[in-house]
Amino acid sequence: MEAIQRLKDSCADSKAYARRWKETTGGRVIGTLCSYAPEELILAGGALALRIVGGSGSISKADAHLQTYSCSLVRGALDDALNGELDFLDGAIFPHTCDSIQRLSDIWRMNAKTGFHLDVVLPVKLNTQSARDYMTAVMRKARTDLEGVLEQTITDEDLQTAVDTVNGIRSAMQRLYKLRDDRPGAIAGSDLHAIVRASMVMDRNDFLSSLALVVDTLERKPEPGSTAAKRIFLSGGVCNLPDIYGVIESAGGAVVGDDLCTGSRGLTGLVDTGGDPMDAIADRYARRAICPAKHAGITSRGDDLVRLAKASRAQGVIFLFLKFCDPHAFDYPYLKSMLDAEGIPSLLVELEAQTASQGQFRTRCEAFMEML
Amino acid sequence: MNGAEKPIDPEKEKRKIKSVGRMKDIMTHYYIEAKTADQTGKKVAWITSGGPVEPLIAMDVIPVYPENHGAMIGAAKMGVDLCEKAEAMGYAGDLCAYARADIACATVDGGPIGGLPRPDMLVCCNNICGTVLKWYEVQARYFKVPLFILDTPFSHTEYTREAHAYVRTQLDEYIAFLETQCQKKFDHDRLAEVGRLSMAGQRLWQQVLDTTVHRPAPMSAFDAFFHLALIVTLRGTQTVVDYYTELLDEMKTRVATGIAAVPDERYRLLWDNLPVWFRTRWLSDKFAAHSACLVADTYTSSWCGTLTYLDDSDFLGSMAQGYSRVYINIGTDQMADMVVDMVEKYSADGLVMHSNRSCKPYSLGQYDIQRIVQQKCGIPTLVIEADMIDARNFSESQITTRIDAFMEVLTGA
Ligand code: SF4
Ligand code: SF4
Repeated sequence: MEAIQRLKDSCADSKAYARRWKETTGGRVIGTLCSYAPEELILAGGALALRIVGGSGSISKADAHLQTYSCSLVRGALDDALNGELDFLDGAIFPHTCDSIQRLSDIWRMNAKTGFHLDVVLPVKLNTQSARDYMTAVMRKARTDLEGVLEQTITDEDLQTAVDTVNGIRSAMQRLYKLRDDRPGAIAGSDLHAIVRASMVMDRNDFLSSLALVVDTLERKPEPGSTAAKRIFLSGGVCNLPDIYGVIESAGGAVVGDDLCTGSRGLTGLVDTGGDPMDAIADRYARRAICPAKHAGITSRGDDLVRLAKASRAQGVIFLFLKFCDPHAFDYPYLKSMLDAEGIPSLLVELEAQTASQGQFRTRCEAFMEML
Repeated sequence: MNGAEKPIDPEKEKRKIKSVGRMKDIMTHYYIEAKTADQTGKKVAWITSGGPVEPLIAMDVIPVYPENHGAMIGAAKMGVDLCEKAEAMGYAGDLCAYARADIACATVDGGPIGGLPRPDMLVCCNNICGTVLKWYEVQARYFKVPLFILDTPFSHTEYTREAHAYVRTQLDEYIAFLETQCQKKFDHDRLAEVGRLSMAGQRLWQQVLDTTVHRPAPMSAFDAFFHLALIVTLRGTQTVVDYYTELLDEMKTRVATGIAAVPDERYRLLWDNLPVWFRTRWLSDKFAAHSACLVADTYTSSWCGTLTYLDDSDFLGSMAQGYSRVYINIGTDQMADMVVDMVEKYSADGLVMHSNRSCKPYSLGQYDIQRIVQQKCGIPTLVIEADMIDARNFSESQITTRIDAFMEVLTGA
């Protein structure tokens, strides 16, 4: 589809896109390192949030700062920063997540030349009142800090407008996800992946109008989708490899849902409108689908996974984790056993962001599909 | 060979720290008490090494430390076996080896003491890492017992007002949690007393560690690794105060009589990160053979490093800061400053950093600390790639070569 192609083209190279955006609009670009970065605040401050999900190539400079036992996202991102590939950034925002990002933030602050540096030290647990109060306090502080570094006030009206845009994106994405669930194959996995990527890169208002076009077209002119393919649910962290989808599809599967960090996880939950916007924003970050580096109960992620996999009538779940990712690796055994208990088979795939051994992945995928 | 036949080296005998025996007795007694808790009706809480133990002591709950147990597993060279078991359960081999070993141990009651007593509750404080959160979630599911999480936000550059208020509130929640679990009222006067003992213990521990500013040092970091167990596990009790008083006396006597940890000490080194538990003796001998003594380390001093934030007269009120601002819950640059201070304080000639595959929050950032120390102190530094208990991540030949090369630089040979 043309509309999708335009979306894909415009941000195939996210750094080039952001640089161009900066030149044409004169606006500021802020790098963000996790899906908990407060998008609404950045947008309200008139800046572009550019999600950094790994590096662009082999590691050279990062090795002097990070041991080889940190995940490829962390090493790749630092490498880009040290190589000057992110020098166009006006600043970087580090929400607190895993132990590796925690230290990456320090190393980045001490060595990278990417403008201002803000840490947003969110609560790790989200299921108590005091944690939620802290979440709100941290978001308010982030707003003040942003106002400081951007040297401008962020008004409640700015926030409301930003919330409307981001809510619009999240609702349209939900429609797209629903569409895929209803008619697997109606949109190729790699296309959906590209759209999710674009949602973390593009000017959010431009993105929203393009997205709306895509969703409207798809909803109006239903492509048949494929009925024979095995329904697959993807679970895990950052997946930056569009090729994965092609492999799954050619092995006879169709992705019908996901809880990926570079997928549905950051897109869940709308910000309530009508009340105090800061309270509402904080509340949404506390309520959204959680990352394994956070706590909302000892089986909350497993319950969610089972619920989502069942809702999408998944025949199998493929876990995608980056090697050396602690939070995901700790959750895997119990997630797997909860799926087992429901009779949902699963496959674990450990990824290295740049060098997925595609051949092996293909073989394992094929074997998995046959088994389903 | 039994004791009677063993030829006694009087030199070695003289250098042995006499308090070791008493320490072993205390720890044995502690573990027996913990393991028989079900018979005595006492409750057992598993708690993370950086967690606030004082409220547990005040409630007569026996604190048990899976990390201390992990160290024992490592020292007994049982780490690999248990880690492999965890891997067979589906846990990735890159995860913290304490966590892997403990998760596996719980299912088979393995390890040197036949497993830890079953917990009645779990207390997890994330001031040391995010790993403990995931690890305690695993154990909460396994044992089906309540989990209390004390969330201590990381201080990259500042300890914020917001974080302080949050942690302070959680301390009240912690107390309420204990009241529910123990079904009795919390005694605040008792906590104040436990707090005073805790601080007294910490001050004594710091004084013990400080005796190594003397040349030659009466003890080494390897000794500190051993004697650390009490300040971690029984902080807040009179036992700890008594023990460290005795140990401090012994160290003072050694200083006065010139008994050194390493005979003919010529080089003084600082150690960073956790010990390599299954190779402490080997490493100690290795450095001693070069007349080098590891006089201090960043690890054992973490259990007395926040004394400046604690307040005798308002222990509960000051705990939020005391527990939030521990050594690895702060920015890498602040950690570097502390290492630089230690180099100066202990007149270290070199820095040895253990890049510990198991512990990301402690190890990531070490290369930057290394550079800062080199710049500010102008001393040689060495990074050893290893692991605290997973011996599969230890290459003896490689480490020997690196230590030898490092010592050559240091001695200017
Ligand atoms: S992939 Fe895992 S280890 Fe890497 S940044 Fe994300 S949560 Fe952290
Ligand atoms: S060794 Fe490191 S990762 Fe493991 S529990 Fe201790 S602080 Fe956490």
